[in-house]
Amino acid sequence: MSLEVSMVKITIDGKLYEAKPEKNLLETCLSFGIDIPHFCFHPALGSVGACRLCAVKKFRDKDDTKGRIVMSCMEPVTKGLIVSVNDPEAKAFRASVIESLMTNHPHDCPVCDEGGECHLQDMTVMTGHNYRRYDFPKRTYNNQELGPFINHEMNRCIQCYRCVRFYRDYAGGTDLNVFASRNQVYFGRHEDGPLENEFSGNLIEVCPTGVFTDKTLKKHFTRKWDLSNAPSVCVHCSVGCNTIISERYGSLRRIMSRYNGAVNGYFICDRGRFGYEFINDEKRIKTALIRSEKDGIAEPVDNERLFAILDQSLSKNNNIIGIGSPRASLESNFALISLVGRENFYHGISKKEFLLTKTISEFFQNKGVRTPSLKQIEKADAILVLGEDLTNTAPMIALALRQAVRNVPDEEAKKKGIPVWNDAPLRLLAQDARSPVFIATPFIDSLDVIAENAFRAAPQDIANLGYSIAQKLDDRAPDSDSKKKDLQDLAGKIALSLRNAKNPLIISGISCGDEAILHAVLNITMALLSNGSTVMLSMVLPECNSMGLSLLPGKSFEDAVLIAENKEIDTLVVLENDLFRRADEDSVNELFKKSRQIIVLDQLSNRTTQNADILLPVATFSESEGTIVNNEGRAQRYYKAIDNKNQIKESWQWIGEFIKVRDTNHKVLWNRFDDIADSLANDLPLFSKLRKYMPGEDFRMLNAKIPRQTIRYSGRTAMNANFAVSETKVSQDNDSPLAFSMEGQPENPPSSLVPFYWMPGWNSVQAMYNYLDEPGGSMKGGDPGVRLFESSIEGNHIYFKHKAQITVVQKDEWLIVPVYQIFGSDELSSVSPSILQRIHEPFVLMNQKDADIITVKDGDYVQVEILKIKLKVKVKIGKSIVQGLAGLSVYLPGMPFIDIPGRGKFHKL
Amino acid sequence: MEKPLTKNIRPDSADYNLEDYSRDSGYSNLRKVLKNMSPAEVTNLVKASNLLGRGGAGFPTGVKWSLIPMDGDSSKQKYLICNADEMEPGTFKDRYLLEGNPHQLIEGMIISAYAIQASKAYIFLRWAYKKAEAGLRKAIDEAYKAGYLGKNILGSGFNLDLYVHSSAGRYICGEETALLNSLEGKRAVPRTKPPYPAISGLFGKPTVVNNVETLSWISHIVENGADWFKGLSLTGTGGTKLYGASGRVKKPGIWELPLGTTMRELLEDHAGGMIAGHRFRGALPGGVSTDFLIEEHLDVKMDFSTVAAAGSRLGTGTMIILDDKTCPVAFIHNVERFFALESCGWCTPCREGLPWVEKMLASIEEGSGKMEYIDLLNFNAEYMGPGNTFCAHAPGAAEPLQSGLKYFHDDFIKHITDKKCPWR
Repeated sequence: MSLEVSMVKITIDGKLYEAKPEKNLLETCLSFGIDIPHFCFHPALGSVGACRLCAVKKFRDKDDTKGRIVMSCMEPVTKGLIVSVNDPEAKAFRASVIESLMTNHPHDCPVCDEGGECHLQDMTVMTGHNYRRYDFPKRTYNNQELGPFINHEMNRCIQCYRCVRFYRDYAGGTDLNVFASRNQVYFGRHEDGPLENEFSGNLIEVCPTGVFTDKTLKKHFTRKWDLSNAPSVCVHCSVGCNTIISERYGSLRRIMSRYNGAVNGYFICDRGRFGYEFINDEKRIKTALIRSEKDGIAEPVDNERLFAILDQSLSKNNNIIGIGSPRASLESNFALISLVGRENFYHGISKKEFLLTKTISEFFQNKGVRTPSLKQIEKADAILVLGEDLTNTAPMIALALRQAVRNVPDEEAKKKGIPVWNDAPLRLLAQDARSPVFIATPFIDSLDVIAENAFRAAPQDIANLGYSIAQKLDDRAPDSDSKKKDLQDLAGKIALSLRNAKNPLIISGISCGDEAILHAVLNITMALLSNGSTVMLSMVLPECNSMGLSLLPGKSFEDAVLIAENKEIDTLVVLENDLFRRADEDSVNELFKKSRQIIVLDQLSNRTTQNADILLPVATFSESEGTIVNNEGRAQRYYKAIDNKNQIKESWQWIGEFIKVRDTNHKVLWNRFDDIADSLANDLPLFSKLRKYMPGEDFRMLNAKIPRQTIRYSGRTAMNANFAVSETKVSQDNDSPLAFSMEGQPENPPSSLVPFYWMPGWNSVQAMYNYLDEPGGSMKGGDPGVRLFESSIEGNHIYFKHKAQITVVQKDEWLIVPVYQIFGSDELSSVSPSILQRIHEPFVLMNQKDADIITVKDGDYVQVEILKIKLKVKVKIGKSIVQGLAGLSVYLPGMPFIDIPGRGKFHKL
Repeated sequence: MEKPLTKNIRPDSADYNLEDYSRDSGYSNLRKVLKNMSPAEVTNLVKASNLLGRGGAGFPTGVKWSLIPMDGDSSKQKYLICNADEMEPGTFKDRYLLEGNPHQLIEGMIISAYAIQASKAYIFLRWAYKKAEAGLRKAIDEAYKAGYLGKNILGSGFNLDLYVHSSAGRYICGEETALLNSLEGKRAVPRTKPPYPAISGLFGKPTVVNNVETLSWISHIVENGADWFKGLSLTGTGGTKLYGASGRVKKPGIWELPLGTTMRELLEDHAGGMIAGHRFRGALPGGVSTDFLIEEHLDVKMDFSTVAAAGSRLGTGTMIILDDKTCPVAFIHNVERFFALESCGWCTPCREGLPWVEKMLASIEEGSGKMEYIDLLNFNAEYMGPGNTFCAHAPGAAEPLQSGLKYFHDDFIKHITDKKCPWR
């Protein structure tokens, strides 16, 4: 059946439209650009018919002149449907709904953080309600203290139920609920306390009014129309969610989700939303510093002197080594390669991480497997997660899995005639039925609740399970040597489930640091591919540009240390990388010792910057433009919201200057971002696509740049009036098609260049409808990002051999495996004050019996001894952890680099 | 005059146990069904009898049953639920049946469950019906012991477990889909329809929800047939009805009478007329969620279609009478306060409209009402009308309000102009 045949003709206010019958009337109208006021419907959450605002008139047939009121969100699109949105009775009813909501809404817009981008304000204006006839007291509520992220102001609530539907039904949270009844319905926690769910920040955008607002924004509040915005990409994990970042007076004020139909859709996680505050932090390096030869103290230096010094250290006669970073952009890493030469470029990640990541990126480039977007993950119908605690290492993948489990039950519901948007009946019919999800991880996992099987084992048995699954899918794949019956039975069950699925999905990563798990995962994938399956493989990587870095030439950090053992390094250039997070202290110190001059480019002060002889302040993602590649192989570009001031430059700009100093012939000359983008495309053909699909600086819409500020931007002339009445000159952006002002063409820029959502009548984020081909669909003109991997390649599939793992654990020793935390394990976000409040102190997870052996209880402190490192950590007893295995929190602030998995001991304190 | 439902009920609803019920040929109809009738035959018989649901909406019971998928899916779990959450103000007819003859309900439920092949059944009981609860639990025990409930009932291979669930006490639980949510342990909020409970009911499985009075009829219809049932009523609708009257009448009470008995007959012959010194001003014919009928309607035959034609609803058939010594504004205020308190808070018109109505009525009754409240009350009654809200709660609340505003208009005006209640 072709698409045309499946469309139906419907009449809206006398005009004929072609519509999709699987949609409801509200989303259909919104996709046609017909504004129907609504609250409780959300494209990601479906319809429940609670708010009654989206009322329209429905007519039985052409002769029916009376019609009846129906809720458009609950009305299926059927052939010959006749409706009127503009019917006077329907319009009056919609205004009445607002009028009655306003009987209790406090009208505190002037002091409300939501004011100016409030869905309720939009709807009030849209329905035309403007005079209050209610003359009694309003009901009031107590507000709650909900933690560092979210402010709670219940009096503003209009009871649309979106918050609990998002928090509980969509995101799987349990600590926000609806209490009481009638007009005392209350949305909150059972008692004060931080909202526990990792996606709580989305309440800010989901809530149509000011009940849940951004507490971090509140601390440096600014009106929404005074923000200067830019499209950006989250830098706090490898998923690459799209964000909108907003600036005023040179500081970053907040981050919101930016819609990308293929990646994060409407939502982002709390680390991505609230992790930005490091940008405004005191630890920021704002001036160039050089170490005084006399006393070793770093002191500020002006550019003239700086370049005189650089002239020496970057002299052609000096050998230079460059250390790149998985948190720096492709362009900045590429700039460093250009400076030092491919043979002198090191990735700045541990050898283990380097090899595992390389194996993954080569597999993706050569084997023709589908690397799914989050949207495709949501469509999976059988899922295997091996060794990755997704909620903590790639939160948005975890959220996507929570949606994927609905696919199988939704198919069942379809047979009973329940449309996919009709949320409550779908969930009711599904009850506990879910698409099969199998999770094999060392420790208890937030996703266990959606899993058919949650398999708890040490990494070696997780790998064994993987090998056995692969073998059961394809005889040619090597089996594990595990004789455990439950493991083999489970492997059989999982193999069957994956084989029978239309869209099987394997998710893993490298956070266990275990090569065998990776090989097992790739074997399963190859076994499915050789069965003709359209399997998807999603691999979580540690950082935002881990994938991009692995696609660049270079070697691992340990290789740099090895080089240093044999020869003195004249100049070491470290790009946005705290090496003390990459290797043990001795190796890093050794490298530093062997380097005569250390140049460090970074944003925040850390142990590596403290070792710098020349420390250069570089722009964060919010002050720079760059491209990063997410774990799916999607290259995405972020743009600056803040113009760089003083000595701060983007890393590639600094390195561009270095090249000029070193190579006086000026062969390389990067004046603008487009110049380095051209160089990258020319030197590394894999990235030539970027130039083609990502608009350059010269892109114009109707001869104008795309404004970073909305038409509503006010008071540019007043901003600095307390210093000078003359208007300051607007900064020019030579790197992107965006303008640092409100001038330009705001409507429908290319999807990757959307700095904000706005359309007439819609000041709230709901204006997004205008930017999408349909609610919940793709951005107009296609979703942002350029995919670098092709799944059409026919790869040859040679299985990895099973290596019997021998982790001999001595008496009194444990196998210690890393445990990652959404709040704390990421370097930059952990500096943000709001995130800091959610970071646990370093801990070790262990089984009750093991705790008994060392006679400790939950909450006690122990000393953990691994290699030469001794650390005091808190004991957490975890359920179902296998004996002899312990999990150690890693990368938390203040913790040293620890090379685990490995053996270690515990001493009671 | 036959009184099939109440003939065995003893004065003051004294204990009527399995032995007594059996002596009155109890459970013989169950034997008959299990031995001689297919599930479809039972459903067809009930359909033929045109038994209309006695909970208030008057939906044909047999049609409701026939919506249950009985094809290939018939082996799957299905549920029968007896809605005994009788919380309609002024209504106590189900209580009378529950306390007086629990086995009549249980036998009816077993036959009904057999008709839809449900293996689990629940009686969702109003929390305050403690006596009924004790009686039901005892009767269910007796029925289990006698082999009428449990596995392989009377050797037929049919299994049924029956549970009593005592509600936590919200009016909205009487709405059948809110009842289902409540029974599942969820918030008692009505559900989206469609899908109807027959397709996706309790725990997402096909479910029939019937009222106590409805289910109490089943064994009698099996015993006597559809034509007999039809012949019981005066208007051809079928059956008798438990009618009731409360208010300032000489003998408030409950009576089983042919469906279609007039309001006048109920008031004068059975309730004994108004107490001396009180004059009839109007009545809510079937609980508080029905429109007022007034003196001119006294000869209306009390069945579903005739009462509807007169502008109200039969509802539960238990009328609340307004007399001339009672302030109609205070009366309506009391009713609307109840509805405002019992709103579940799900949809806007109900959650926000009812408290506004309640506040305006209180204000008028207190003497501080404004003339524009009359328009605003009418506006809200229309705003909360059918189709505008998620369920029937607010439209039900709008019925006495909008009819009261019409019939007692002058009383409202007098409150406002005199700035006091004339009855105080």
